[in-house]
Amino acid sequence: MKVGSQYESLRITGGTLFDGAGTETDNTGLLVKEGKIVAMGADALNANADQQYDASGCVIAPGFIDLCCNLREPGNGQKGNIASETLAAAHGGFTTVCASPETSPVNDSSAVTHLIRDGASLRGAVRVLPVGAITRGLEGELLSDLAGLKNAGCVAVGNGSRGVKNARILRRCMAYAQTFGLTVMFSPENQALAADGYAHDGQVTTRLGLLGIPEVAETAAVMEMLLLAEETGVKLHLSQLSSGRSVEMVAQARQLGVQVTADVAVHQLCFTEEALAGFDSRFHVRPPLRSEADRQALVAGVQAGVIDAIVSQHQPHDTAAKQAPLPATEPGLSSIESVLSLGLELVKSGELSRQRLLTALTLGPGRIVGLSPEIACGADADLCIFNPSASWQPCEQTLVSTGKHAPLVGRELTGKVELTLVAGRPVWVDNH
Amino acid sequence: MTAIDPSPNHLQLTRGGQLRHFLTLDGLNRELLTDILDTADSFIEVGERSIKKVPLLRGRTVVNLFFESSTRTRSTFELAAKRLSADVLNLDISTSATSKGESLSDTLLNLEAMASDMFVVRHSQSGAPHFIAESVTPGVAIINAGDGRHAHPTQAMLDMLTIRQHKGSFAGLKVAIVGDILHSRVARSQIRALNELGAEEVRVIAPGTLLPRDVEDLGCTVEYDMARGMKDLDVVIMLRLQKERMEGALLPSEREFYRLYGLNQDKLALAKPDCIVMHPGPINRGVEIESAVADGPQSVILNQVTNGIAIRMAVMSMAMGGQMAERQQKQLEREGGRA
Repeated sequence: MKVGSQYESLRITGGTLFDGAGTETDNTGLLVKEGKIVAMGADALNANADQQYDASGCVIAPGFIDLCCNLREPGNGQKGNIASETLAAAHGGFTTVCASPETSPVNDSSAVTHLIRDGASLRGAVRVLPVGAITRGLEGELLSDLAGLKNAGCVAVGNGSRGVKNARILRRCMAYAQTFGLTVMFSPENQALAADGYAHDGQVTTRLGLLGIPEVAETAAVMEMLLLAEETGVKLHLSQLSSGRSVEMVAQARQLGVQVTADVAVHQLCFTEEALAGFDSRFHVRPPLRSEADRQALVAGVQAGVIDAIVSQHQPHDTAAKQAPLPATEPGLSSIESVLSLGLELVKSGELSRQRLLTALTLGPGRIVGLSPEIACGADADLCIFNPSASWQPCEQTLVSTGKHAPLVGRELTGKVELTLVAGRPVWVDNH
Repeated sequence: MTAIDPSPNHLQLTRGGQLRHFLTLDGLNRELLTDILDTADSFIEVGERSIKKVPLLRGRTVVNLFFESSTRTRSTFELAAKRLSADVLNLDISTSATSKGESLSDTLLNLEAMASDMFVVRHSQSGAPHFIAESVTPGVAIINAGDGRHAHPTQAMLDMLTIRQHKGSFAGLKVAIVGDILHSRVARSQIRALNELGAEEVRVIAPGTLLPRDVEDLGCTVEYDMARGMKDLDVVIMLRLQKERMEGALLPSEREFYRLYGLNQDKLALAKPDCIVMHPGPINRGVEIESAVADGPQSVILNQVTNGIAIRMAVMSMAMGGQMAERQQKQLEREGGRA
């Protein structure tokens, strides 16, 4: 099978099925026709099919859904574009990505939303769901036309990685979004406390003399947002948590009935502040990588289901953006192609179950944007077929993204995506 | 999961363990630090001759790259290079290339193309010398002359030389560093050096706003009260306080700071009678130190300046030696590969 192969019907045999709801069963046959799963088991085996795919040794899962991905289009072509970054997503096993509003111009109007959707339908390898900017220009001061953004197809609104000016504006943002039933996505950070920092305020910043962002910059913002969400009744999604304390606060708020969901970037689950110990600018990310205790609490949060989704927080950059002394570099990793492999490292180390990992990449994020990914008759054939024991090496040649600053470049990673289907269409086929 | 080898030694040491860049004291062992001090000792004599030159760096080009202005450090590096017979180029980058929009990498690659052998780098961003040594010009010896809040290894080593001259050794010494530890690259390097060289106790004395988080992890104890902190001291090191610290609500006023943490004769009397007083300069009289103390018999502040030249000669000659050894090694490997 090749990328873009046409077929009447495709039969997938062998391998293990992960049904999205958390159970794994042997694949007894899966038939894909006209973009849908049309038969399973004996029905699939007995039907005629002009294409066969042998998934022996692989896991067949619903295509992954990423709640936080920067496609860099419009406006930042030197860092990436819809074509390159959605192909990178397909390589990572993703079939749906939420496009961050941090583009240039910012996605704060229906015109930009349409531009992104049109670009995605023409050049996108996977489905693209735009997230709108809740404030104009992401400046954190004036409301965007939220009803207009919703009508144009935004699945949620947020402020990217930037905060809003003050609690009064935040409260109004939430109240207005709630009017239209829009989910608000915020990356919690108290700007005054974060100030000029760019690394976790802890052992490594103390040793290397880097400017720290204290943990309380996140936890103070989480607390404020949870209280405002409770008051306004908005559906709040906290993006890219970095602190263990935040996980505790989300769990408590949920018990009190606050409608809150949360995600974590995969690098927060695998790396700590120590990654910066050699001034490695790739690991300059925001929120910053924090302590080992935070990392463990975040993984436990995913395992316990307090954190609903694992995201890539994919931020491709051109080389110049990372080619400077650490404080002068731009934050972000090119990570979407390594999410599965990094997640499987946690499965291997016994910190996370494979079911929870896959749920946090499929059903968990799906629910937040109104999707219910599953492998069942009648469902869209958005599938990711990966070999959990095959290995690959992220490097200049193997990475599809324009950004080559992936974590663990040059290291052997296990877990390789063999085939990604979007509505039955092969968008990534590994040719070994 | 660990990302990379975080130790700076893969950068600053040759495979044979010789210095080839001098970026930080992290990872350098007592033997090497002592070697630097001993080498510097041998250069002190050069400064006392009528012709103050040795030919160790003859024919080599040293470029002083100061992205942040400095008078004293730059002058001592320049003198050190000249006493080693190197050709020296001083570039005040803060006013030239970067203001025309040239990137740091491009500036350095241009200088490398002029066949420079050594860059002495001062930069306002922590890690800039690491970045240059690792990614830009690995074949040029990089000497860190102070980067952001990270490290100022030659300053710390000249302080160690001064302490050794006055105290003989580091064993049993109680040393305090007083003032703005948070913003100080000097303090970070000093704490590291004192620990590695075997000082008994390193104390930092400052208010909570001028201490980095978990500063104890660097290998020091914390004391908020200066009177208590001065007790039994062999060495007290005062740090410079920048005036802008009042603006960000780190301190209320110079007056209160001087009252609580300024070194005067009364406070000095609480230390051991032979306690020496040090300061990396430039000093703010009446802000962190009283004139009578700065100019008094226990002050060794001007010895520090003199020692600065010897330490910089030592580090420059050692790093150049390491670079040369490495170039020869590579040459041999290339020839071996051809044969």
